[in-house]
Amino acid sequence: MADDRDRDGTEVAVAEFHKKIKEAFEVFDHESNNTVDVREVGTIIRSLGCCPSEGELHDLIAEVEEEEPTGYIRFEKFLPVMTEVLLERRYRPIPEDILLRAFEVLDPAKRGFLSKDELIKYMTEEGEPFSQEEMEEMLSAAIDPESNSIHYKDYITMMVIDEN
Amino acid sequence: MNTPNLEDMGCGTSSATKDKKSEKALKAALVIQNWYRGYSARLKTRQRYALTIFQSIEYADEQGQLQLSNFFSFMLENYTNVPEKEPGLVTRLFGSSIQDKDRQDYLGLIEIPDSYCGPRLQFPLTFTDIDLLIEAFKQQQILHAYYVLEVLFETKKVLQQMPNFTHTNTSPSKEITICGDLHGKLDDLFLIFYKNGLPSVTNPYVFNGDFVDRGKNSMEILMILFVSFLVYPNDLHLNRGNHEDFMMNMRYGFTKEILHKYKLHGKKILQILEEVYTWLPIGTIIDNEVLVIHGGISESTDLNLLHRIERNKMRSVLMPPIPMDGDRAEKKNKLGTATVALGIRTSGSFSEQLTKQEWEQVIDILWSDPRGKRGCYPNTNRGGGCYFGPDITSKILNKYQLKMLVRSHECKPEGYEICHDGKVITVFSASNYYEEGSNRGAYIRMSSGTTPRFFQYQITKATCFRPLYQRVNAIESSAIRMLKERMISRKTDLIRAFQLQDRNKSGKLSMGQWAFSMENVLGLNLPWRSLSSHLVTTDKDGNIDYMSGFQDVHIQKPVKEVQSSLIETVYRYRSDLQIIFNIIDSDHSGLISMEEFRSMWKLFKSHYSVHIDDSQFDELAERMDLNKDGSIDFNEFLKAFYVVHKFDQLNKSDTKLA
Repeated sequence: MADDRDRDGTEVAVAEFHKKIKEAFEVFDHESNNTVDVREVGTIIRSLGCCPSEGELHDLIAEVEEEEPTGYIRFEKFLPVMTEVLLERRYRPIPEDILLRAFEVLDPAKRGFLSKDELIKYMTEEGEPFSQEEMEEMLSAAIDPESNSIHYKDYITMMVIDEN
Repeated sequence: MNTPNLEDMGCGTSSATKDKKSEKALKAALVIQNWYRGYSARLKTRQRYALTIFQSIEYADEQGQLQLSNFFSFMLENYTNVPEKEPGLVTRLFGSSIQDKDRQDYLGLIEIPDSYCGPRLQFPLTFTDIDLLIEAFKQQQILHAYYVLEVLFETKKVLQQMPNFTHTNTSPSKEITICGDLHGKLDDLFLIFYKNGLPSVTNPYVFNGDFVDRGKNSMEILMILFVSFLVYPNDLHLNRGNHEDFMMNMRYGFTKEILHKYKLHGKKILQILEEVYTWLPIGTIIDNEVLVIHGGISESTDLNLLHRIERNKMRSVLMPPIPMDGDRAEKKNKLGTATVALGIRTSGSFSEQLTKQEWEQVIDILWSDPRGKRGCYPNTNRGGGCYFGPDITSKILNKYQLKMLVRSHECKPEGYEICHDGKVITVFSASNYYEEGSNRGAYIRMSSGTTPRFFQYQITKATCFRPLYQRVNAIESSAIRMLKERMISRKTDLIRAFQLQDRNKSGKLSMGQWAFSMENVLGLNLPWRSLSSHLVTTDKDGNIDYMSGFQDVHIQKPVKEVQSSLIETVYRYRSDLQIIFNIIDSDHSGLISMEEFRSMWKLFKSHYSVHIDDSQFDELAERMDLNKDGSIDFNEFLKAFYVVHKFDQLNKSDTKLA
């Protein structure tokens, strides 16, 4: 019956999600005691294919933190919350074309690039601003040192290839 | 998402269009930031995965030590069955201090040619010799064996006067610097000295073991450290690490480095070095508060006992004490008569061992790792020492009125790590340990009453000024390669495990089934699901084609006619075989006789439960007797077993053998 199949499907899916989440969690569980530093939770969640905004991430962390925050997140609290996120397919990643359009919005003159200063301005002043470290990290790969600008189409292509 | 307050825009043009424009820009920025943060997180995760792979494999290799150690015990217990043509082997394992090594015997025969333009040390050594060595090594010069031996003899002499634990004190004006594993990475030592100053009376150092193996300048590091020690014996403190062990050196590269750099006198150097290691102190205690040891502790760690033992009897982790209790009297006699027959002096040979308890205490100090889980458990990853929890740390520190434990032994991405509530610090000083970009190195500066300060660094060669994603790519490829080589070395076992689960013989398994087999057979606790995309092909239903994991890698067959399973076995055990061969080859000629080769293989086969036809092995041995003179150059033999990666177009991929 369709219902049974759906139920089984979800059970198996849940079991697989659990294993996947456990694997991702364990890699950051340095002391092997089923906890991770709260500062690494964002990385773990994103490594599982989700792309929450910073605001959404804060909300998630609040859900998995202890009542009295200890600086550590326990696996027992993380697992059910993360499973729901994966089951509901929340925080889907940005498709390539949307990303390209975002850059184009910031480049209304359609030059095909953004200057380093422009990029810095947008990334550190708008939206959910980058920290200095994040900014430097992005610049190191994105900026073409000769023109001091980011040719965003090439950049996106490069990043996409790298991930695949 | 809140739109920014536009009232402060203060421009006269139509605010509606301005609003819309800003809102669009805001949204665009958010998209880019969101995407970037996701990408950045995935990069960091890939880096972490690569490190996890490197580390798991490293520890699994160390676990192999235990098996090898058991093999030696097995050999000794059965040695009456070992043909009498093996006196070399037995000698090596029983105790090699048959003759007292006389300094003159060694140095007297060595002449330094006039053409030698390397550094010349002047005894008694002074700080100018330290500078001299550093400058010379920066220009890649090699210190002449004569000086190496002189330094080793002198070092042994001075170390013999030192107690098992060095006690030292600091003051606000005299901080001490603690460095962790260096593993032959000379550039890291240079960087530390550059940033932190050379050792001196006002700038004391503790080097916490593992100076050698893996990196290519173990000798140079050792010479700099020993010379510095001889110049400042009260301010340059050396602790023994688990790699200050002649048998570990055979597997992990230092022996090879020595024999390569010192073709004429390498053997002598190895012999003296073996002894010098045993005289290295077990640990350092600072201000009666901070215990600095290489590995860790166990619940039974007894510092009083450790202060008392004769530390120089601890020869190697692979040579546990031979049981000598009463009801083994028969064995004892057997051992006694046979050793006499083989012409080995045995007077007092069994008192040249530590007791089992003492030996285990030392192993715990050199091999243990801290973990978050409470209690004390055997360190199954490494095969020696234990995992100790925060409760163990508290218990032992309190027992001896200590405040902190500083240890090394584990590579950490940031070069150091604090755990057990701030009571345990790990410091690791070899940056880029696994691969360029894999980790930072660090050292600690501390003095009594102040918080320890950490200094991090990373050696960057020109290529390292690459953006993060390129560096991550590099270490990721490297880690995956190593993993694939692991897989290929266990191919037969893996296929058997896969086929057991593949009832329909479809060639496919679910992700869960595949991950389960991989973990079980390889014994590596890795995030298999996340790594699967690098290792195998998955179909659209999420099922894994398990044979695809072996597609682009294979072990080069040095001899076509020999079965793959034999090739695989030799490849898999090549490090162990390297050690065994090195031990048989007591004159370090690099050659062993066919006879020795065959009888060693027989013993090895039975202990490791390897099911290979003897005739196969004979065939291989015959064909590998490259010189056709009845002897085998075992380095050449082992080198012939390497893994070929299909997509390596430019170079042959040869795996590092040690």
